[in-house]
Amino acid sequence: MKVRLLDLAHARSGDKGDMANVGVIALRPEWYPLLVEHLTLARVKQHFAGVITGDVQRYELPNLRAINFLLQGALDGGGTMSLKMDAQGKVFSTAMLRMVLDVPDEQARTLGLPPAPTP
Amino acid sequence: MSSSTTKDSNRVVRVASGQGFWGDWLDAPRRQVEGGQVDYLMLDYLAEVTMSILQKQKERDPQMGYARDFIGAMESVLPAVVERGVKVIANAGGVNPVACAHAVHDVARKAGAAGKLKIGVVTGDDLLPRIDELIASGHPLTHMETGAPLSTVRDRVLSANAYIGSTPIVEALARGANVVVTGRSTDTALTMAPLRHEFGWAADDWDRLAAGIIAGHIIECGAQCSGGNCLYDWRNIPDLANIGYPIVEATADGTFTVVKHPNTGGRINVPSVTEQCVYEMGDPNSYITPDVVADFTTIHLEDDGENRVRVFGIKGRPATDKLKVSIAYRSGYKAVGTLLYAWPDALEKAQLADRVLRERLDAMGLKFDKVLTEFVGVSSAHGPLTPHVGEAPEVQLRIGVRSTERSSVERFTREIAPLVLNGPPSVTGFAGGRPKVEEIVAYWPALVDKTVVQTRVEVLS
Repeated sequence: MKVRLLDLAHARSGDKGDMANVGVIALRPEWYPLLVEHLTLARVKQHFAGVITGDVQRYELPNLRAINFLLQGALDGGGTMSLKMDAQGKVFSTAMLRMVLDVPDEQARTLGLPPAPTP
Repeated sequence: MSSSTTKDSNRVVRVASGQGFWGDWLDAPRRQVEGGQVDYLMLDYLAEVTMSILQKQKERDPQMGYARDFIGAMESVLPAVVERGVKVIANAGGVNPVACAHAVHDVARKAGAAGKLKIGVVTGDDLLPRIDELIASGHPLTHMETGAPLSTVRDRVLSANAYIGSTPIVEALARGANVVVTGRSTDTALTMAPLRHEFGWAADDWDRLAAGIIAGHIIECGAQCSGGNCLYDWRNIPDLANIGYPIVEATADGTFTVVKHPNTGGRINVPSVTEQCVYEMGDPNSYITPDVVADFTTIHLEDDGENRVRVFGIKGRPATDKLKVSIAYRSGYKAVGTLLYAWPDALEKAQLADRVLRERLDAMGLKFDKVLTEFVGVSSAHGPLTPHVGEAPEVQLRIGVRSTERSSVERFTREIAPLVLNGPPSVTGFAGGRPKVEEIVAYWPALVDKTVVQTRVEVLS
């Protein structure tokens, strides 16, 4: 079943130099393991391909049911250097939540996941 | 005065956040001291590039170089400070904390309250006059990300300030200051210092110091932890117009509760505080400050009634022997121009205008390090991640250029308006005039040995 990350998590993003950070937080505690399983380094790198120029780092915070991602080369030099409208990476949070996950039907039912609306 | 003078384990100290950055809500400091009982008001004014702006102001007038908003804020909270004993801690001093303190004194004198203020001034963070001495004595101030030594941009440096920790603020409070003005203190130290002072936490009490730092991190961005910019359930967050800024209610064991005043808007719950916990986070295992290395993976949050979140379990590790230095230097010029294209075919028209403009810039042989085009209303927020969803009703063309040559950027600013008459049709939104050329003040983060930075505390009364 297709599930939107937007329906599983909330998020906040900010900047550190030319890097954007995105903290993704599970909406329900029982959904956190699903985020850990699906939001892999490879998957997030692929999601932001063409958006960022550098590497990605990933840190788990099970205490906050959150995963923190550092996206390097995200802000056209960052801060005052950047020509981007979003020079401080404020809306990378919802860019992350555009991700759609493929979850086995059985698991999705057990966890009570809302299916992605069909376009 | 604090809410109680007995140092028992139940005593609560309240630190209120009244300003999350220079430019934040002018009403917030007054609302924080009038809305209910608080012991300390913490005001954070400094962002990474603020120091260089202040340095430029000080070069023009040696009595300037601090956050002027703070003087108005002090005026608005003065009755609470002199009549109810609320203490104020702010990093509003910028590159001229002494002048800032004198301006506060002037305001108090005009209000007939100068005798009731003891203003603590913390200096020593300003390394600008010492850069050559530091480089010559084996402190290259290497860029933390690129590894380049500062000598490569030495002639373009505008400001250099070490991030200093809680110790000098604690000293000022111990010497009886009821207003403490600092330069480049860390944002988090402004909250941790009064807790350390009140509870007598030792300089190596790593867990409690880390708790104080995380309390500071949660409230340093003002209302961003109490319902502002909160994605979780945002439609149902009540009364944002009257939003309550956060207050930390701390006890001696290092646990604390994040609250706001009664009858204010916004919302404090585990999701709102969690969003702020992850804001601007790097490696959560090691949040490095001058005082302690805090571990964000040990933070525990639980709802403790309506608009109350209890925070506990925090662990810290010994501080490092370095201080971070924030250096600002001139790095070329930039300008951004915009035009609005209307239906029909708004995106196509904006795209054509972009091609026309670029062809003209190329033909003139102007030198740019970067030309960036964004289509606002289509893809400027999420770029290529934005799905195509039919025709945009209108599109703003936004073009920015960056160059080491001012003349190239200057010429670019004159090429936007002509497109209104000699480019694609259905265009408007040029009434603001030509874009302005901006000098880029870039940020150079470095580390320096703690031993080379000596802070000083002076208490004016």
